[in-house]
This record gives sequence, structure tokens and C-alpha cells, in this order.
Amino acid sequence: MFSRILVANRGEIALRIIRACHELGIGTVAVFSEADRGAPYLELADEAICIGPAESAQSYLNIARIISAAEVADVEAIHPGYGFLAENVEFAEICRECGIVFIGPPVEAMRLLGDKVQARKLAQASNVPIVPGSDGAVEDEAEALKIAGTIGYPVMIKAAAGGGGRGMRIVHNDISFRSAFAAARAEAQAAFKDPKVYLEKFIIEPRHVEVQVMADRAGNAVHFYERDCSIQRRHQKMVEESPCPVLDNRTREELCSAALRIIKKAEYISAATVEFLLDAQKNFYFIEVNTRIQVEHPVTEMVTGFDLIKLQLKVAAGHTFKFNQRSIRLNGVAMECRINAEDTENNFAPCAGRITRYVPPGGPGVRVDSHVHQGWNVSPSYDSMICKVIVHQRKRAETIATMKRALGEFVIEPIKTTIPACLNILSHNLFVKNQVDTTFVERNF
Amino acid sequence: MGHNDSDLRRIEELIAIMKKNDLVEIEVKHGDDKIHLKRSQPQQPKVTAAPTAAGAVPPAPTTGKEPADAQQQTALTQPELPETLLEIKSPLVGTFYAKPSPDSETYVELNSQVDPQTVVCIIEAMKVMNEIKAETGGTIVEILVENGQAVEYGQILFRVKPD
Repeated sequence: MFSRILVANRGEIALRIIRACHELGIGTVAVFSEADRGAPYLELADEAICIGPAESAQSYLNIARIISAAEVADVEAIHPGYGFLAENVEFAEICRECGIVFIGPPVEAMRLLGDKVQARKLAQASNVPIVPGSDGAVEDEAEALKIAGTIGYPVMIKAAAGGGGRGMRIVHNDISFRSAFAAARAEAQAAFKDPKVYLEKFIIEPRHVEVQVMADRAGNAVHFYERDCSIQRRHQKMVEESPCPVLDNRTREELCSAALRIIKKAEYISAATVEFLLDAQKNFYFIEVNTRIQVEHPVTEMVTGFDLIKLQLKVAAGHTFKFNQRSIRLNGVAMECRINAEDTENNFAPCAGRITRYVPPGGPGVRVDSHVHQGWNVSPSYDSMICKVIVHQRKRAETIATMKRALGEFVIEPIKTTIPACLNILSHNLFVKNQVDTTFVERNF
Repeated sequence: MGHNDSDLRRIEELIAIMKKNDLVEIEVKHGDDKIHLKRSQPQQPKVTAAPTAAGAVPPAPTTGKEPADAQQQTALTQPELPETLLEIKSPLVGTFYAKPSPDSETYVELNSQVDPQTVVCIIEAMKVMNEIKAETGGTIVEILVENGQAVEYGQILFRVKPD
């Protein structure tokens, strides 16, 4: 096992990783920017190194500074968390060149699955249904128009180097296609330095269902069942749950097996999430693989009883699984609400500022993953998520009831948060009755 | 730490340094041990040796922690402190080097005059030797880091009395 690792992230996920390391006896080195100086979670690390000013480009996204910190602190491995450099192939390569273990997939697997076009091809080769679309990237506008006609509108134009809900646009007809295509390519170039786009059929009112997988260095791959993340606003998830409330066991098994086939074919190691769309007829279609641990991983931890961060650390250190797929069972229902510092009455505008009163919830079945405390200054430099509230109970109705209790107890003042929005979602008839899809939030709120 | 011969010799040396440089106060840290001398009258140095218990772990600062190796820090204060001292801070994470190569002279030392373009040190990051410029003008009055020490972004390297 590693004796010391560096946590190349901030906030709640940095805290999460530090906690897992403590329990495994791994020494921790945290890095922080000037904006995070003084954060209490840094004191839980064995060492904390300031790597730059608030701007992410000069701190958490800065490969040179992070590697430099790793070298002066003499660590064996780096955990990248999620976001920032977690899916940065260059960073993973540099770690490898510097003799530092990157806690995540091998460079080749990350590169392959990070290219959304290649990932679709891999899925096809693994006998996994994909969303009908172009056969790879399309450069020529006229050809793209023809393909759109074959697929049938509405059509999605997606950036090959995109992901996480970014670099996508919907087109409804030939007339708007030309300008949309050109704009999509320009946006992709600007955002991801790669103008390649591909086309996918736009599935009407789908559910977003994703499978948590993990593979070790011996080639063992297991799944930890699925999460339903249909509650999204502008492609950003708000509420996640496990299991997916509308899946029957047979579809569940097919879905999870499909995810494993893709992971094995990619010779993947470590944690990943395989994302699918589920249509009204319960057909599933592969969309992409996220080659990292995800924000909503606690939902899976609660229903399966496995600590996914610890597993990542063990896998990276060369341990192989001491359990098999049969040992992994779904137990009860878990949900997570992401609490963001956003003003829901003002188009979810981010709210920076100091939290003068902070009283988190607790009690049976409630887990709070947060780095925030009373007096914390929410910086405008980073994303607005300040807390995750995760609830686990035996039945979905109980989980919803406990989540409502927990959110009702939660005090965060004076900044605005998405707590009221989450409460509204949890109380909505359609949500309670499992009649939601990815359009639910934007249509009803 | 007992008051043995080498400690007394050390204290005598420090007193001599204080007298020679007309200093009022001197503090020397070596690992867990600390010697602090202060002159209330110009001719009468008072000695307080404040060793921490052997094996005691110093409280960990939340930020800017140096590596656990024992290190010596010498802070010399001039009899009349200027109102404001300027600070030269590290713009990088890396290893501080006071000289361009092991055999050369240090870039600067106490009382060196600097202008904004003067190279004051090297910070090595990922095998790249970055020359750090003073970016300010004045006299070096404090050197807070040692050759070969790991430094973080924003760590104070030098204090400069402005012109």
C-alpha cells in the first residue's frame, strides 16, 4: 500500500480522499490555492502545500505546480478526484513519466474512452447498443446534413472531446442545421481544443442511467449496479438515486453486463461510470464513459456497502479484489441531493460569499459530504457545489421522507442555495411516482 | 537538552555575534530546541534557553509547512525596525537554491542591495531551474529559507528594506 499520496483536488472530494487514506494508513499531502488557505480539511492532511493563486489555471489545473508539489513532498501516487485534471491524459502521462502512480485508469484506456467517438465504436464492438448516430466524427457539413436526415430529427451535435454535459446542441430541422453545425465545431475547438463533432439521435424524454464499475490490475471487473441521474438542469445533475426505480431485474442485469463488456474491452483499471439513456420502452443506449470517480459515488456506496475510494486506492497500489460480483448486492434505496450556492429564483445564478450560519443535518440514514463550515467563504473561483446530502433507507418513500427532513433541518445563511429547489423536486408528484426523465426539472421549475 | 559545554559555547558565540553587530534580540531554532537571547540593556544579554521536551511534536501549522527535517532558522532584527519591510515571495512550488551551483557564491546575502531585476535565488520545479527576480529595490535584511529547502507558492523567501 502507498505510504504517502498527494490529493490533487479541493473541497469535499479532497476531504473524502483524505478520510479514506486515514483509514488505510496512507499519509496525505493536500494542495491548495490562496482561495482555500485556512480550510479546516487541509489540517486533516499530513502536509498541505500552497500551489498558487485562486485561479484554477494557476493552481488546481496547473500540471507543473502539482507535479512540483508531488516531487517536493516525495509522494508515491496522486489521486486526482473528479473534475480538474481527473480525465486529463497529459497529466496522467506526466505522472507516469515522473514515476508517480496516477490513481485512475491507464493512459491508453483514458485516451480511448475520453474520445467519445472512439468510445461509441468500442461499445459497438462490445455488442452494446448505442444511440443511433453518425459513424464517427463528421467534418463535412453536407455529409452531416445527410446523416441527420438518415437518423431522423431531432438530432444532437456533440463534441468528440466533450463530455460531462458540455459541447452538445440539439437541432430540429434542416434549416437550422447548417448554422448549428458550424457553431458546434467552433465551440468544440474553443472549449476542448478539438473541433471534431459527431451526430446522435436525440432520444425524447429519456432517463439517464449510469453503471458504476471498477476493475483491478488482474483484469477482474465488477459492477456496483446503477444510478438514476435523470434529475438534471442544463445537463448538471441535481438529485441522484440508486437503484433506478423503473428498472426490472432482467434489464438491470443486461445493462450492467453491457457496461462490464465495454470496460473489459478497453482494458480498463480503476473506477469508471458507464452512462446510458433509457427510453420509455426500457431500451438502453450507451452514451459515454466517465473515466474517473464521480460526484455521486456515495449513492452507490450506501446501497452496496463498498467504499469506492478505498477500492481505488487499493487497486492503484496493485491489490486485486478479494470479493466477486456475487458479493455485491443492492440494499435499500439511496439518494443524493447536491447543494449548490446558487439563487434558484434568479436563474440559478452562483452566489459567492461568506456563510455566517451553517447547521448541517444528521440523524439516522443521513450522510453529509462537505468541506464547508460556519465562516466558510464560498469563492467565485470554483464550481458552486458546497455540500452533498446522501440518505439511505430501506424503501424509496422512506428515503424521500428522510431527505426532506434532512434538508428541512439544514441551515446555510445568508447565501442562497439549491436546498429549496431540491425540496420542491422531492415533493413533486411526478418525482414521487417515478414519472420523470431528463426534461423534468426544466419543464416543471 | 541539558546545559552542557557545547550549549554554553553556542550561547557565548551568539552573545559575541550580538555584540559585534549591535543586536538587541536573537533567536535560533534547531529542530525542537530554541535559544532566544534579548538585551534589555546594551551590556547585559539575558539568556532564556527554551528547549521543548525530547520527542515532542511541534504543532502543525495549517499552511506553509516545511518538511519534517530539522532545520536552522536565523532571524536577525536590526535595532531600529523600519515601518514596512517588503517581502519577496515564492511564485512557485519547488526547491529553493541560494546559489546558481554548489561551488558558486550565493546570489544574495544579508545587506545585499537589490533592484527589481536582481536574481535573488533559484526555485527548481520539475527539473527546471527558475531564476527568481527581486521585483523590488532595497536591502536584504532577512533570509527566511535555506539552500535546498522545499518551498510552496506564496512562501516568504526574503525581506527587503526598501530604498
